Amino acid sequence: MPRHLLTRRKALLGATSLTVSACDSSRPREGFLGAMERFNARAQAALFDERRLAPELPPEETTPPGKFPEYFVSDTVPLAPTGWALQVGGMVARPGVLTLDALQRLPRTDLRIRHHCVEGWSAVASWHGVRLSELARYAGADARAGYVELRSFDAGYHSSWDRPSAFHPQTILAYGMNGQPLTPGHGAPLRLYSGVKLGYKMVKYLTKVNFLPEPTGGYWEDRGYEWFAGV
Amino acid sequence: MLSSARVQAPERRRPQPWLIRVTHWLNVPLLLIMAASGLQIWVAYPMLGPQGRPYGWYPFQGVPPPEWMRLGSWLAGARHWHFAFAWFLTLNGVAYVLYLALSGEWRRRLFLPRRDARNALDTLAFYLRVRKHAPAQGLYNGLQRLAYTGTLALGLLAVLSGLVLYKPVQLGALTSLLGGYDAARAVHLVILVLLALFTVGHIALVLLHPRSLAEMVTGGRKPDA
Repeated sequence: MPRHLLTRRKALLGATSLTVSACDSSRPREGFLGAMERFNARAQAALFDERRLAPELPPEETTPPGKFPEYFVSDTVPLAPTGWALQVGGMVARPGVLTLDALQRLPRTDLRIRHHCVEGWSAVASWHGVRLSELARYAGADARAGYVELRSFDAGYHSSWDRPSAFHPQTILAYGMNGQPLTPGHGAPLRLYSGVKLGYKMVKYLTKVNFLPEPTGGYWEDRGYEWFAGV
Repeated sequence: MLSSARVQAPERRRPQPWLIRVTHWLNVPLLLIMAASGLQIWVAYPMLGPQGRPYGWYPFQGVPPPEWMRLGSWLAGARHWHFAFAWFLTLNGVAYVLYLALSGEWRRRLFLPRRDARNALDTLAFYLRVRKHAPAQGLYNGLQRLAYTGTLALGLLAVLSGLVLYKPVQLGALTSLLGGYDAARAVHLVILVLLALFTVGHIALVLLHPRSLAEMVTGGRKPDA
């Protein structure tokens, strides 16, 4: 049956070209890969449990000094502008500016948990700072603000988070690492740190925290990396 | 529900029923996509062990795989390929295992140590020219059953270790079971190497026994009544 064979071959060729055009690695947000990414984002959000904690690790697990990678997107280490303060805005009852001193007067949380980088490595440090949920309470964040946007002075680096992950008890605005004030390489004076997201979601060199009704993408997210990026 | 009256005894069936053939051949593109996108992900950090404490036993620290083995162009692209097709590989595996269990095919395919260990050793002796004649066998000999059951176990472990790498915190119990995130990463890579070695041996043996290839395409003949 040559006719039957021809249609089967055509169907196969069609399916192949469809797969090739629907799986474009340079545009992973589109086509078939994009549809699967949206499915995976929903699956990740459904799997997320706000009561589940990343395990606290003993001090021996701490990554040796100098071996915890320092990432930033600027050409040189970003340094805090003089008179730095954190701006809190969006859907909040009390928008305003908090100095480092003011942040340090809020209840302090300490964590020693594993860091998971999208590249595949892991590292361990202890971090201290104030819970993002504590800041939300302090600023009077609206319950309808389902997302939190974080902006920085590192060449426009930013990210946005779903509320459950942002309000997780292990998501903090960290001003210290391994018992010391943050160094410029690790995001001084203030960075986000969390046990429930990949490293690129934890914005360093913070300038603004905005409580918003919609997600606003992010530096790596806009370039094709997953937006949810939970661990 | 599958009643025993409707399900044929495996001995009365073709050597390769259609579901076995479909899942077998689907594994070819699925495993290739998973391996190649996995190697592209690996390029971003081609080392084993946590930062500052690389595993001493791993001989290829920092050596990335060659470009022709990779799929996805860059880290984000490869991750999207990997996490999209992981579902299909898993579904394919689930379909295969369910079929084995419900059809009774597991009896002539899986390695049961008491039944197959002796035959596996005899077959190995035959391949190594220690023994003159191949031991008697049904559809598969003991060594084949051991190899195929081994790959099934590797496939299961690949999925479990992959889940740990994807969600080490949300699936914390599984992470502890596999010895932690970095241990799971080593397991995941070692499984890739073992599956690649299996594939080389598998193809070599199929070329020596071409009838098995024909049967995996057509299903083969039903045994005479």
